[in-house]
Amino acid sequence: MLERVVSLNADYARAIDDDRLEDWPGFFTEKCLYKVTSADNHRRGLEVGVIYADSNGMLRDRVAALREANIYERQSYRHLVGLPAIVGPINEDGEVTRAETPFLVVRIMRDGTMDLFATGRYLDALVDDGGVLRLRERVVVCDSGRFDTLLAIPL
Amino acid sequence: MGEPTRAWPSDTLTRVPFWVYQDDANYHAELRRIFEGPTWNYLCLESDVTEPGQFRTTFIGEMPVVVVRGQDGGVHAFENRCAHRGALIAIDDAGRVKHAFQCVYHAWSYDLRGNLIGIAFEKGSNGRGGMPAEFCKADHGPRKLRTTTLCGLVFGTLAPDTPPIEDYLGSEILGRLRRVMRKPVTVLGRFTQALPNNWKLYIENVKDTYHASLLHAFFGTFRITRLTQGGGVLVSPDGAHHASYTIGVPEDATSAAYREQGIRSELDGFRLADARLLDSEDEFGDRIQLQILTVFPNLVIQQVQNSLAIRQVLPKGLGAMELHWTYIGFADDTADLRQRRLRQANLVGPAGYVSMEDGCVGGFVQRGAAAASDELSVVNMGGDGTESMDTRATEASVRGFWKAYRRYMGC
Repeated sequence: MLERVVSLNADYARAIDDDRLEDWPGFFTEKCLYKVTSADNHRRGLEVGVIYADSNGMLRDRVAALREANIYERQSYRHLVGLPAIVGPINEDGEVTRAETPFLVVRIMRDGTMDLFATGRYLDALVDDGGVLRLRERVVVCDSGRFDTLLAIPL
Repeated sequence: MGEPTRAWPSDTLTRVPFWVYQDDANYHAELRRIFEGPTWNYLCLESDVTEPGQFRTTFIGEMPVVVVRGQDGGVHAFENRCAHRGALIAIDDAGRVKHAFQCVYHAWSYDLRGNLIGIAFEKGSNGRGGMPAEFCKADHGPRKLRTTTLCGLVFGTLAPDTPPIEDYLGSEILGRLRRVMRKPVTVLGRFTQALPNNWKLYIENVKDTYHASLLHAFFGTFRITRLTQGGGVLVSPDGAHHASYTIGVPEDATSAAYREQGIRSELDGFRLADARLLDSEDEFGDRIQLQILTVFPNLVIQQVQNSLAIRQVLPKGLGAMELHWTYIGFADDTADLRQRRLRQANLVGPAGYVSMEDGCVGGFVQRGAAAASDELSVVNMGGDGTESMDTRATEASVRGFWKAYRRYMGC
């Protein structure tokens, strides 16, 4: 399982960093949750996210908006994703695996400025979806609740 | 101290010199004359400090402030600065003390009103050292603010002559504020957005109803707000505060006004895969889909459909600021309405389909006008006045801001 999660994370990070955002929703199941929040909100049980998508359609809408509607300066990310810890199955028959993986994202702006943009951990619920491991839930818990300028590209 | 150094080119409100975003002496004058002057600064929610000794820390301009619930049930606020060596008295965002705050540096202590009540080793040790007998604790302490509360919001001022908050806002803006802040609120989350621009560029952006459907293609495309829809802007008589609103009138999707001008906002065929994002409830019963309200100098209250948020504007130097977002709901929200708030939070905040652009556009001005300190920005849409208008193709509320700004700054 560890190997499958590592492989999923590697593909996920490459898709975003290579600007293949259209592939990004494919890492999730049709019914899913993707949320970006801060460690502080998460600890306090505060529900709101900077991004909050509770369906795969909402993920596709996010990509469509970034491509077609939203204005932001050209930028890219470099994800460094750590090793996942398999936290265990979250239901009795073991169909859902829970994993926790640290990440670090450097943002590269069009003028060459590189910033440590975000660090945190992915709190994932993973399922085997017809032979493919997919995210049923990815809660992106950023260590900091302070975002520089804007968060356009997903983490 | 705090004298503005440069003159305005004329007395019209339709031209703004770019040096106001670039001049360091002017910036420091703003901190003294506006934020620390006779204005009401939003500090926190009343629900942040419900129990005696419960506190939050925040800022008025760049001045650190402690807000705390007193033993008497009142909300007190004082400068977060020890009278001894100037260290922060409270070093966390929020917390609770029993009866007093104690500075960590030398353990000087303060009651819940910010009075200096204790000095470690005041009498010295074994008859030696200590403070001089004539040292009077009552003469030393951090600056105290006057506070007032309105609809669950806590405001503070350093000036003795700031008018009561109701008079400060005026009846029209007060009514608009009460419309949203009508029940006890629940905090749904908090985020900070660091913006690479002078604080005024953000305030102008928020007051600028003209840009909304032009910069924000997402808005226009999904008809959350369009210039051609019903709506308008209310400006307080002194220009300082405003409320803009959009009424949800269904509109023919082929409306030509935008396309004729070839404006980017018209993106035919762009439809949501999951339309629940915009599925909203008319919770205020007046079909107003969007209301953006500002209280001079540092508060924005936002209703974007069912997404409600408080935005606190904090200057962080000449070319930087922070936006402190507090997303709220009401304590009696149904589960359905709460879900709508969570989904529609996607429209706002640092990653908001709409708000993300407001996060970068101020930086575009800051950089674009870098060499233009002697040039003038044009604020002429809708004429030269600051009156309320039933259209949003106007910059009346931006001119209102400059009218109030120049009055406070004496320029």
